Amino acid sequence: MALIEAINPLLTAGWTKGDAGWGIKDYEARGGYQALKRILAEKLTQDQVIAEVKTSVLRGRGGAGFPTGLKWSFMPKAAPEKYVVCNTDEGEPGTFKDRDILRYDPHSVIEGMIIAGYAVGAARGYNYIHGEIFEIYERFEQALAEARTAGYLGMNILGSGLDFDLFAHQGWGAYICGEESALLESIEGKKGQPRFKPPFPAQVGLFGKPTTINNTETFAAIPFVMRMGGSAYLDLGKPNNGGTKLFSVSGQVNKPGNYEVPMGTPFARLLEMAGGMRGGRKLKAVIPGGSSAPVLPADVIMECTLDYDSIAKAGSMLGSGAVIVMDETVCMVKALERLSYFYYEESCGQCTPCREGTGWLHKIVHRIEHGQGRPEDLDLLLDLGGNIAGRTICALGDAAVLPVQGMLKHFRSEFEYHIEHQRCLVPPDVQKAGSAFHTRMMAGAAC
Amino acid sequence: MLSQESLKRIDREVAKYPAGKQQSAVMAALRIAQEERGWLAGETIEFVAHYLGMPAIAAYEVASFYNMYDLQPVGKYKLTVCTNLPCALSGGVHAADYLKQKLGIDFNDTTPDGKFTLKEGECMGACGDAPVMLVNNIRMKSFMTPEEIEKLLAECK
Repeated sequence: MALIEAINPLLTAGWTKGDAGWGIKDYEARGGYQALKRILAEKLTQDQVIAEVKTSVLRGRGGAGFPTGLKWSFMPKAAPEKYVVCNTDEGEPGTFKDRDILRYDPHSVIEGMIIAGYAVGAARGYNYIHGEIFEIYERFEQALAEARTAGYLGMNILGSGLDFDLFAHQGWGAYICGEESALLESIEGKKGQPRFKPPFPAQVGLFGKPTTINNTETFAAIPFVMRMGGSAYLDLGKPNNGGTKLFSVSGQVNKPGNYEVPMGTPFARLLEMAGGMRGGRKLKAVIPGGSSAPVLPADVIMECTLDYDSIAKAGSMLGSGAVIVMDETVCMVKALERLSYFYYEESCGQCTPCREGTGWLHKIVHRIEHGQGRPEDLDLLLDLGGNIAGRTICALGDAAVLPVQGMLKHFRSEFEYHIEHQRCLVPPDVQKAGSAFHTRMMAGAAC
Repeated sequence: MLSQESLKRIDREVAKYPAGKQQSAVMAALRIAQEERGWLAGETIEFVAHYLGMPAIAAYEVASFYNMYDLQPVGKYKLTVCTNLPCALSGGVHAADYLKQKLGIDFNDTTPDGKFTLKEGECMGACGDAPVMLVNNIRMKSFMTPEEIEKLLAECK
């Protein structure tokens, strides 16, 4: 039985699976580019557009949840050269929504970026696309060509006098480039190492010029905000958490995939939409906002609603909306070992606490997993974490520490068992069966 | 060093950036060079740097920082399997094990006939499609059950 009556998707409503439906004609047929046309025809001021976005309480969908309208308002008015940048460097384990947005609806992002360019006074934009989704990058380039031909990009857009052009920039395998200042370095053709802040990108951004950076889903929501009005968009969600959001559900559910629900939807409802637990097994834990978010045990997450405030109150974060679902076959030590390896592998090496500390975190969790843990290791992990978090230029150090703290907070006894008995509570064959590699029938992805 | 076709493609990338900012195209240029040459030898990186008017060391920094550039020769087909947690929960590690056994090689090895190189990948942003793998960096293969892996290997002539 459904927990709430109906879920009406907004961003994903017009999506067609497969290779049809993403083109400009289909996008226009479902109301695409209407928001841009109205802004230009009615000559809305930049401030009016920003005010509408502020009213919507659309919060950054990349993970930080910063209010988008407020971010736009930080851009200096007088600067002659400004940029708009889209962050599609989607590499946070568990997150795969932006790939689908660009695959099924690239023009919503293009329209959102043009509107952003208008609002902040930028004449040029870049969409930085994760290297691993190169086919999506190629599709986005095709969509850009369509938009240029239709007169939505380039000089004097639709005869309005507005100039804005947009280009795709490819990543090539570096998680750190999802950090906005590392991403800017990368567009400049350098190693993706984060910059000191301040100055923030709104003052000194791409090529040293004021720059607004938003996530793909944030830009994709902009045409809808402008079309329906800020307050109607806000009303779709809950106060301080406007609109709908895409949640990427991965792990041990029957139908992994992207699901768009209003902010504030109960987690239990999302789990139901994702087909419930694979094999009917018992939910053990959920990482609710991408791999950097602290894990929450089943009883805690089942009481949460999906919005920034509820998940924060439970001691984790909504992040990018990547929901990693784990059942009773999962060894939490092994799970943490893999995540810790990821942060060690992806640390850019710039700050000593992160470069050295992520290696230590992994080394210690690795030895616990492999039966060589020492009784003092758990306190050592927490102590180490305290010397990494908050002591680095960017948040990757914190992101490496949060999963460790979350696991030790909620599943400390499993780690202690490993250390004491040199083996896992969950028998190896049970763990192996959990992935269902040899047995799973593909249910197919969701929206 | 690079074909006219590759240079034309690099020029198209350079045109995306403001005048004087052609270094921005280095990531795409190295990718294009790698596609043509199979991997990035030192002299290939130097050529790209020279073409874009940037110091060779700056191009080398980029080539060695981003992990999809191959600074050593790889097989005709480079298979990169994501084993990160969300994929592992749905068989990513077991898919990699299956390939290791099938090809008789470990991660970072190449089969003796030079056909396959196996790599362990980090998150590809496609966790809902797990197990996921990349073929030669640019083609993503989703839902790689044993049958699908067999099909893929058969396709790689």
